[in-house]
Amino acid sequence: MKVIDMYDAPHTGRTVTSNDIKISARNVNVFYGDNHAIKDVSVDIEDKMVTAFIGPSGCGKSTFLRCLNRMNDTIESSRIEGTICIDDEDIYDRRVDPVQLRAKVGMVFQKPNPFPKSIYDNVAYGPKIHGMARNKAELDEIVEKALRRGAIWDEVKDRLHAPGTGLSGGQQQRLCIARAVATEPEVLLMDEPCSALDPIATAQVEELIDELRQDYSVVIVTHSMQQAARVSQKTAFFHLGNLVEYGETGKIFTNPEDSRTEAYITGRIG
Amino acid sequence: MTDASTNSAPAARKGASLHRTDPRTRRRNGAERRFRLYGAAAISMGLLFLCVLAVSIIRSGAPAFTHAVVEVEFTLSEAQFEEAESQLLKTAVYERYFNAALTAQLRDAGFDVAFDENTIRRIIGKTGGTIRSYYRADPDRVGESVTLDLPVSSRVNGYIKGRVTRENLLDSRFLTQADLDLVDAMRDRGLIETKFNWGFLTGKDSGVDNPGGAGIGASVVGSFFMMLVVLVLSLPIGVAASIYLEEFAPRNWFTDMIEVNISNLAAVPSIVFGILGLAVFIQFMHLPQSAPLVGGLVLTLMTLPTIIISTRASLKAVPPSIRDAALGVGASKMQSVFHHVLPLAMPGILTGTIIGLAQALGETAPLLLIGMVGFVARQYPDGVVDGFLDPNSAMPAQIYTWASRADPAFYEKAWGGIIVLLVFLLAMNIVAIILRRRFERRW
Ligand SMILES: Nc1ncnc2c1ncn2[C@@H]1O[C@H](COP(=O)(O)OP(=O)(O)OP(=O)(O)O)[C@@H](O)[C@H]1O
Ligand SMILES: [Mg+2]
Repeated sequence: MKVIDMYDAPHTGRTVTSNDIKISARNVNVFYGDNHAIKDVSVDIEDKMVTAFIGPSGCGKSTFLRCLNRMNDTIESSRIEGTICIDDEDIYDRRVDPVQLRAKVGMVFQKPNPFPKSIYDNVAYGPKIHGMARNKAELDEIVEKALRRGAIWDEVKDRLHAPGTGLSGGQQQRLCIARAVATEPEVLLMDEPCSALDPIATAQVEELIDELRQDYSVVIVTHSMQQAARVSQKTAFFHLGNLVEYGETGKIFTNPEDSRTEAYITGRIG
Repeated sequence: MTDASTNSAPAARKGASLHRTDPRTRRRNGAERRFRLYGAAAISMGLLFLCVLAVSIIRSGAPAFTHAVVEVEFTLSEAQFEEAESQLLKTAVYERYFNAALTAQLRDAGFDVAFDENTIRRIIGKTGGTIRSYYRADPDRVGESVTLDLPVSSRVNGYIKGRVTRENLLDSRFLTQADLDLVDAMRDRGLIETKFNWGFLTGKDSGVDNPGGAGIGASVVGSFFMMLVVLVLSLPIGVAASIYLEEFAPRNWFTDMIEVNISNLAAVPSIVFGILGLAVFIQFMHLPQSAPLVGGLVLTLMTLPTIIISTRASLKAVPPSIRDAALGVGASKMQSVFHHVLPLAMPGILTGTIIGLAQALGETAPLLLIGMVGFVARQYPDGVVDGFLDPNSAMPAQIYTWASRADPAFYEKAWGGIIVLLVFLLAMNIVAIILRRRFERRW
């Protein structure tokens, strides 16, 4: 149990909830070369909650998300300033191995990117390299559980050894979700996971997110206001690299403080 | 934007019938048709040249694979064998027996052409040595009636294949017009026959005066050991270097410089590598001259840039999202490269490697500089170590040596050698295609 510090107060003014802070970012700036993509963002993401990032295209949602598991390290031109702590440990500390971090902070990417391997191998890869299964039976179990949570088990259970890239776009995305949850991360970052899904699959994924919330902290980027409203407890609105407003979802959507948030939600900017 | 044509064009199109192609579409379709035509023409030209090349190579080279042989029935008695072996000039005795046997055989067949021992010698050369080694290799043959296949001399061979004609033959100590009468008569009675020349495939290089005995086998072995060196060195070094440069090395002026230099190296003439090899491997490191090991080292230097460039290109072609996916589930950089990127790049890497090896297999100039000239291919190596260290030649150097000899019979051998070389290249390409198929699992 932690007391939410004053960083939240000016944004939300909400009451203190009973959740721990999982991720806390302080004065984060991200540059791509000269392009200042994230401007002085400070945010606390709580454990066992779904946090939604919304905002117009190009405002830096994906960039900020990728900072949370240091995927931006792989982009040569990118540079980050400020601190991001997960469980009070600075993830940009010299002692932190990004590989270990990424096992803890899973990610689903904006574009579905299954490995050009079988469906089974796609899901089994993470557990395998992390030594999560002692034998084939255990691995089978992990794979099935992950595929079920990814809401794709029924569609692929008869062709687990068919190529993952042979699935439809929506199925591929759900496979990627299954792959991400198979490694049992503590935080799951999802970059527009439903942009290629039909309403049924979307509903399934949203159900999954809700279920994951029991154990994990989930951060989801979405362009759908309805989705943000449905699945998230907290919402952050980004605009031109700034975190404009962060607070409880209900409040952001019904009674935003900033005029830009209101304009975006009502469809006037974006 | 205010340009009248851009403004009027959409207006004109509006409401126009789809059943009538407008002029703009017709122009575009015309351009496309012409482009296809150019492409088809270019391909046909290429195919035509390829056909011409293939036909001329096969026509010039095929004769090297056959030779005319004289079939002689011959029996050497125990007494004759012992007598011959007790003499000082043993081969001369064998030759005398043989000539007597052949003469008798020709007489029996009712030959009315005049000939003597010199004629026989001009047609099938000195036979004593061949016959002696035939019996000494297997003494059980003594006393049995055997049929000897003795290759005719290279000039007679040329006459039978049509390279030498009566019109352009001047009587010399090698061959006279009268000899050809006997040759014709023997051919009529089936005593001279054209057979497949296994000796060309299994043999070694011969002296300049014996084109008939020259074979490419020893240099094939030389090429084989050289390619082994090239493959074992350049594939791992090249692939490891590319993976490091492409996936791990930081991008800065130093790696940029390395990249530029690798591209430059790929364009350096091979003879430069040859002289480098001579200076470094032979003069400085004192490795043996003419050894396939040194040849392989020189060709490795030459092949590395090709392999590195093609490997890097195929690594680059792997979509970055695959790397992200692997890193995203917590794979290390190395795991992401070796589990996901490398398998996807494998077909391209293999293609590049085989192209590099094929280039190396056909390379002549650097080999000449380190002494792997054709005429050193005089014997087969005794073992694997000797295969790397004993002086030997390689196929292209052997071909070059034959082509530069005066006797036109060697020219034919050179063409034949080219066919053998091309068969090897073809085989390598087929291996490449098979390997690529295996790795290229289309998902
Ligand atoms: N790899 C990159 N290299 C350089 N600039 C980048 C890179 N990725 C993103 N940017 C820049 O950073 C800014 C933020 O991009 P980001 O991808 O985070 O936007 P986003 O909010 O996710 O947009 P969308 O909703 O369209 O996905 C943009 O101006 C973009 O041009
Ligand atoms: Mg994005």
